[in-house]
Amino acid sequence: MPLTREGIAYRVAHDLPDGSYVNLGVGIPSLVTRFIPPGRIILIHSENGILGAGPKAPPGEEDPDLVNANGDFVTLVPGASVFDHALSFAIIRGGHLTHAVLGALQVSSRGDLANWRVPGPRVPGVGGAMDIAVGARQVWVATTHTTDRGEPKIVEECSYPLTAPRCVRRVYTDLAVLSIRDERLVLEEVAPDVTPDDVAARTAATLTVSPQLRVMEIPAEIDGIRLLAS
Amino acid sequence: MDKVVATCDEAVADIPNGASIMIGGFGPPGIPVHLVHALRRRKLRDLVLIYCGGGTDEDGIGGLIADGAVRKLISSYPTHPGATAVRERYLAGELELEVLPQGTFVERIRAAGAGLGGFYTPTGVGTELAEGKEVRVIDGRAYLFELPLRADYAFIKAYRADRWGNLVYRRTMRNFNPIMATAADVVIAEVDEVGPVGALSPEEIETPCIFVDRVVEAPRPWVRQRPATGR
Repeated sequence: MPLTREGIAYRVAHDLPDGSYVNLGVGIPSLVTRFIPPGRIILIHSENGILGAGPKAPPGEEDPDLVNANGDFVTLVPGASVFDHALSFAIIRGGHLTHAVLGALQVSSRGDLANWRVPGPRVPGVGGAMDIAVGARQVWVATTHTTDRGEPKIVEECSYPLTAPRCVRRVYTDLAVLSIRDERLVLEEVAPDVTPDDVAARTAATLTVSPQLRVMEIPAEIDGIRLLAS
Repeated sequence: MDKVVATCDEAVADIPNGASIMIGGFGPPGIPVHLVHALRRRKLRDLVLIYCGGGTDEDGIGGLIADGAVRKLISSYPTHPGATAVRERYLAGELELEVLPQGTFVERIRAAGAGLGGFYTPTGVGTELAEGKEVRVIDGRAYLFELPLRADYAFIKAYRADRWGNLVYRRTMRNFNPIMATAADVVIAEVDEVGPVGALSPEEIETPCIFVDRVVEAPRPWVRQRPATGR
């Protein structure tokens, strides 16, 4: 059974070690904070100058001077700090973030990432994507395995404009966990009842199956949130 | 040394057509909206704006662009859903757009304010934003050369000031403001509250008065009920 979007976020959250400093992209990555296992302290960095961003503010308690990079009115956890954009991007580019979890339009089998622009007559806007992709010590992608139209997002060569070449270490999808090792795409885990052939059929790149291939350990739901699609 | 001016209109009265203007802010926090609205009332032409977003109707920057006052926007993320004026003007070929990675955007401004001739960054290597830029390999890694970015004016939003222009910020209203305050010929700060010299503790001043030319008080009503620090 494939994972839901929350299921993908749950699976990512369980791989973030205690003491991580993490930047989360929009979409599925932004759901990761909900599923951090109890007892682990993970500080969330936001490009606009927060280390230690907390959950969204309850309605009526928003602070108009406190948003995250997504534009959400958020809170600060105890021990949080706020700072300017130059320091924030020194944190990013300087290799101080232990992890970044990003969304993707496409990922290549060598770890090239495309997640900022769809070609065509549109206003281009890159934000912090390129800095984060080159700066975080580990870049993980959390995404659906294919687009809404069923097209593979994991490809031999990205056709969309690149955010950064050779930057992605792991890819978490609704079907699998993959790693990119020595520019090879390795299938590490499959979702329950999903076979390596199922994954290969939805991947437009050569896939190496790890000799230690595992089936994901993931509950069907947690706190009323479905993690596995029915 | 007293830099307080009475109104936002007075603070922007000398800005000519064709001026380049940095505007701080990210999200709503830290946008000097009263200065932007005063600028809009000037009905200028050919402005070059240096602003991270694309502007909305609420913050007035979208209005400046919709008015046709802006020739060029240097930005990082002018793509957000509220940025309708950018979208229309850009797609109609009436607005020049230079898009930069956000870290490069702020570091170019920081370099200008710090008197540097540019810097090498790994950001953008191997992408379409590297086109036309010098690539240099340092210790085996490729970097792009980026130039400093200055402006004629900077519009800054801060929380509190003294009459000399020392500035204090709260929460995420810092963003680009302390950096842009270093990189323009004339720096105009819009603040919620101006106090006497000596009222701010030296440790809390993030922008020292040496960078600031004009201070204008334009309070937001809700601010007085909230502490600068704490939760």
